[in-house]
Order: sequence, then structure tokens, then C-alpha cells
Amino acid sequence: MDFQYFLELFFGGLTRGSIYALIALGYTLVYGIIELINFAHGEVYMIGAFTALIVAGLLGFTGFPAAGILVVAALAAVIWCAAYGYTLEKVAYKPLRGAPRLSPLISAIGMSIFLQNYVLLSQTSDFVPFPRLLPEFDFLEYIGYIMGPSDFLILVTSTCTMVALTCFIRYTKMGKAMRATAQNRKMAMLLGIDADRIISLTFIVGSALAAIGGVLIASHMGQVNFNIGFLAGMKAFTAAVLGGIGSLPGAMLGGMVLGLCESFTTGYISGNYEDVLAFGILIVILIFRPDGILGKAKVQKV
Amino acid sequence: MQRILKSALVALWFMVLTFPLLAIKINPVSKTVSWHFDRVAMLAVGIFVLALGWDWCFSRKNRGLPVFSLPQNITARMSAIANNMALRRASLFFIVGALVAMPLTSSLYQTNIMISALLYVMLALGLNIVVGLAGQLVLGYAAFYAVGAYTYGILFQHFGLGFWACLPLGGVFAVLFGLGLGFPVLRLRGDYLAIVTLGFGEIVRLSLQNWSDLTGGPAGIANIPRPGLFGVDLSLEGSTTYIYYLVLAAVFLTVLVIGRLRNSRVGLALKALREDEIACEAMGINLMRIKLSAFALGSCWAGFAGVIFAAKTTFINPSSFTFMDSCMILSMVVLGGMGSISGVAIAAMILILAPEYLRAFSEYRMLIFGLIMVLMMIFRPQGLVSGEKLTYRISALLAKGKGGAA
Repeated sequence: MDFQYFLELFFGGLTRGSIYALIALGYTLVYGIIELINFAHGEVYMIGAFTALIVAGLLGFTGFPAAGILVVAALAAVIWCAAYGYTLEKVAYKPLRGAPRLSPLISAIGMSIFLQNYVLLSQTSDFVPFPRLLPEFDFLEYIGYIMGPSDFLILVTSTCTMVALTCFIRYTKMGKAMRATAQNRKMAMLLGIDADRIISLTFIVGSALAAIGGVLIASHMGQVNFNIGFLAGMKAFTAAVLGGIGSLPGAMLGGMVLGLCESFTTGYISGNYEDVLAFGILIVILIFRPDGILGKAKVQKV
Repeated sequence: MQRILKSALVALWFMVLTFPLLAIKINPVSKTVSWHFDRVAMLAVGIFVLALGWDWCFSRKNRGLPVFSLPQNITARMSAIANNMALRRASLFFIVGALVAMPLTSSLYQTNIMISALLYVMLALGLNIVVGLAGQLVLGYAAFYAVGAYTYGILFQHFGLGFWACLPLGGVFAVLFGLGLGFPVLRLRGDYLAIVTLGFGEIVRLSLQNWSDLTGGPAGIANIPRPGLFGVDLSLEGSTTYIYYLVLAAVFLTVLVIGRLRNSRVGLALKALREDEIACEAMGINLMRIKLSAFALGSCWAGFAGVIFAAKTTFINPSSFTFMDSCMILSMVVLGGMGSISGVAIAAMILILAPEYLRAFSEYRMLIFGLIMVLMMIFRPQGLVSGEKLTYRISALLAKGKGGAA
């Protein structure tokens, strides 16, 4: 019985962690290339959840099959979030390239507040129930006590997405260009890489990942709110820092570690301080090992 | 022509972008959809105009011109007016007089609004020390505000201490928290510092929310007494007026202290820290001491403001001290101009009073705050009133030196 409880917590933590990892990848990608904490990333994730909700709602009235709705809604969320990410970069960050380092950060915070209130005003301030779209899998019945269908779907989808992203970064030409820009933007430009396009691409990819995370978590939790982006964004950022910001495997690892930590503290100690734990980890990591688990220490240059 | 075409394209892009969220609203309970095409159309027009303005601003910015500038002769005349000492003194007297006379001539409601505006002036000026002067981006400033407010609340509830005993204690506790935060983050800079302070602010808020025995949890602490005036029983109006004068005095004190601080040894060291940390250390400034003093100086004002806030509202709970409140104070500093006292004070007044009096806009308050932060950073990073730099003219110094020698 005890072991079963442990397993339950373990898989719950993995599910949660894989969502954090998906969002954390967006932070890490952007930070790796322009050294900016994209504060509005959590808001993109929230917009993804809302877009999926709206599309799913519209399709739901027409009597579409549930699995089809999920796919279409997720696609719509990915496309619109990518567009939001692209626009965000063009409006709020691109004009500030080369400005003192605090300027883009303040601009990012401003954008985050703006997007939150944009959704609050255009939609609603209440929690909105998200339709149940996840299909039931028969073969999951015998492990049903440790893992629901949504947990399973989240784990599979996020794993696939992460594998796809890794392949994209490692084997495609664009991925190579992204890595080159992250290493040294000037040198990459000298070699004929259009850095502006690569930065836009990074935002698009990161936002698309956040959208997938948004759809998954919304259908898992069953409700969305304009406010969910802040906490999720902070936790994902914690995950990114935990794993070593700028490193892709680091973000995945960090997300999983954070998810497991939260799940076990909630399960064995108390749920009250769940959010405090994430912020505590963030502070401790930033103070004692700002390069994270997998990051490399950077030398401060004058 | 090309500009118009481009702006039209931008407007079209934003129409597509915002379409699902703006135009479609779904009610999942009653299963109805409401369409709001008018909103998208309005937005498209707005974006079209904005895109034109954006383009124009950038073309000016790229040519190295300031985005907003008045004709030469007007600016010259304005600076002449600004440098006219007699006029400056007169206007200062006028402002002070108006502020002093305000509660006598206006209603209770307006006095209350003014009190909160003045509290925010105090907070913004305090944050201005940390962000504007020392260049350390702190995103958890509301936590110090909370510490001040809860100092009064808790000490009153458990020990029966009064306002005047708690006012200095609130400052002391806020400074202790500031040092407690400042000490571990000494090595951090820039964005990491910002994130850690954000985390700190959230931890303080969440602790206040969860530690029910001490803080009353989400319900907070109620029935906090208003400050007493030598045992005189004051009516509601009387005590509001009294608090107004208290806040006003506190703001004057803040302005005075920060004004003196700015060009003092510590103030100059803070500015050096802002400009370049490494160069600052190379000039023989003790980085640890100066950073800690920045945190201490900044947080103590928040502590004072917190105590006064608790006394004013007589009721506190954790939801008054969220990240959004920190952001609001930060946007005042950003709008006013980092390091400038008058600018930050004016910005705080505008940002608090405008939504109160323009009711139509109050819904859009936070939306506009966010937008202000973005636009100010892009087009006018120095703020409305750019912080004056201390300049020495060599000729003036020489003349002074000669005068002294002769």
C-alpha cells in the first residue's frame, strides 16, 4: 500500500514535471540565445490554454468527435501561441537589443502584465471549466490506480515533443543555426546566419512548446484562469535554472526534479507550502549554484 | 504610402492574432457563444494608428532625435523658467500649500484617495533608491511593505502596541528583512537578482497566507486601531485628516532625506554601483556595504509606509501585497525616471489618481501599467524627468578656488 502511494506520487510528479519541462524549454531556448528572461513566457502558455478552450468549445457545439477536438484545439493553440511569441519578440524585445540589460527585463515584465490583463478583459476573471477531451485507454485499466489516462497522455506527448525538439536542434540546419547563434551571435552572423530570423524562430518554437504544455495541463486540471501563467511560468523558470539555464537536457531534468520534489512534499508533508518550495529551490539554486545541475560556470568578464 | 500599407498589414496581423481571444467568448456552462466582432474592428483601427506612430517614433529614434520634443524656443524658455529660483520656490510653496490645504477643502473620499496616492509616492521613492539610484532591480518590494503593515498588525494583536511604537519598529523590521534578503544576494546581479527578489516577495506573501496562527491567514488582521493623537478621541473624518497629515509629513521627510542622500557620499557610491559594478569596486567602494545600505535604505521606507497603511485601512490581508503591487510601484519608478525624485513623485500621483478620477479607464489600469513599462523602455528609458546628473563646471570651480585664495 505504501509503495503504491509512492508510485502514485512518483508518476504524479513526473506528469507535473514534464509540463514544467515543456515550458522551461522555452525559457532556456530564449535565454540561450539572447540572455533574456522572457517573463511573458508563462502568459503565452496561459494564452495557449485559452485558445484551446475557445476552439474546443466552438467545435464541441458542432458535435465533433472528442479526440479530433483535442487535436484541432492543440494545433490552433500551437499556431496562435507561435504567432504571439513572434509578435512579442518583435514588439517588446527587438527594439531593445543592445540596450542596458535591465531594459528588456522591465519590458518583459510589462508585457507579462499586459497580456494577463488583456486576457482578463477580453475573456473573464473567473475560472473557466475546460472540456474533458482526453480519450480513455482500455489497456491502462490495470495500472489505473497509479496513473490516469491524462497522466499517461501528458507523459507520452511531452516525451515525444522533447525528443522531436532535441532532433530538431541537433540534426536540422535551422537547429544548427540556432546553436551557432547561441554560442556566438556575431560569429554566426559573419557566417551568413540571419540572427534576427533565428531569434524569431526561437521565440516561435518556445511558444509552441508552451502552448502544448498549456493544452495538456488545462485538460488535466479541468479549468483555466487568466492568472495561471504567472505561477506556472515561475515554476518552469525554476526548473530551467535548476537544470542549468541555456541547456536543453538541463531544462528537462530540472522540470522532472521540480515536479517530483513538489509531488513528494505535497504527498508526505503538506500541500500548504507547495509554492513556497518552488520559490525556495529557485532562491537556493540561484545563490549557491547559479549554473544549475548541468550548466557550465561562466567567467565574468570585464 | 508605403508606411500606410505597412501599418495596414500590421493591423491585419493583429486582427488575426487577437481574433480567438477578443472576438469569441464561450460560456461552457450554458453552452453559448457570444461574438464580439466590434472589438476586433476597434482594435484594428487602434493598431493601424499605433503602427503609424510606432514607425514615426522609430524613424526619429534611429536619427538620434528624442521621440517627444518640443520646439527649440519653448524648451529654452521652459528651462529658463525651471532655472528661475524665485519661480521655483513659489511653485514649490504653491504645491506644498495645496497639499496642506487639501483635506480641509475636499471630501472624505478624496482625502482617502490622496492618502493612498501619497503612500505610493513614499513607496515609489523608496524603491527609487534601490532601483533608480543603485540600479538593483528588486521585484519583491511589496514584501517590505507587507512586513511594515504586519509588524503593526501582529504587535498590536499580540502585545497591544500602539501606532507610534510600531512606526519605528516597522521600519526596523523592514530593514532587517532587507538586509536578510540583501546578504545572500550580494553576488547576484541584473536579472538573477530580479528573480530572487521576486521569489522572496512571493515567499513572504505565501508565508503570511499560510501561517494562520500568527498572521490570521488569508483573512488577515482586522480592527487595527488608527493612530492616536495624545489620547484625543477623533471622529472618522478627524482621524482621516490626521492620517493625511501624517502621510504628508512622511512624504516630505522622504523627499528631504532622499534629496540629501542623493549627492552624499553614499548616494554617489550608489550611483557608481548602478553605472558599473566592477569599476565601482575598482574605485575603492566596498561593494558589500554599499549594496546592503541600498537594500536597507530602500526597505525602511516601505516599512514606514506599511505601518501607516495598516493604520489607515485598519485591516490588512496578504492580497494587498502581491507581485502586481510590486510591479505597480516599479512602473512608477520607470515612468517617473530612475533616480529622479520629482519625476517619480509625479508618476506615482498620476498612476494612482488617474484611474480614480477617470473611472472609464480604471478597468484598464493594469493593462496600461504594463504598456507603460514596455513603451517607456523602448522610447524613453530615462523616464519623464531624467535624473539630474551632478555636474561640476571647471570654470566655476576655478573661480571658486580663486575666490577662496584671494
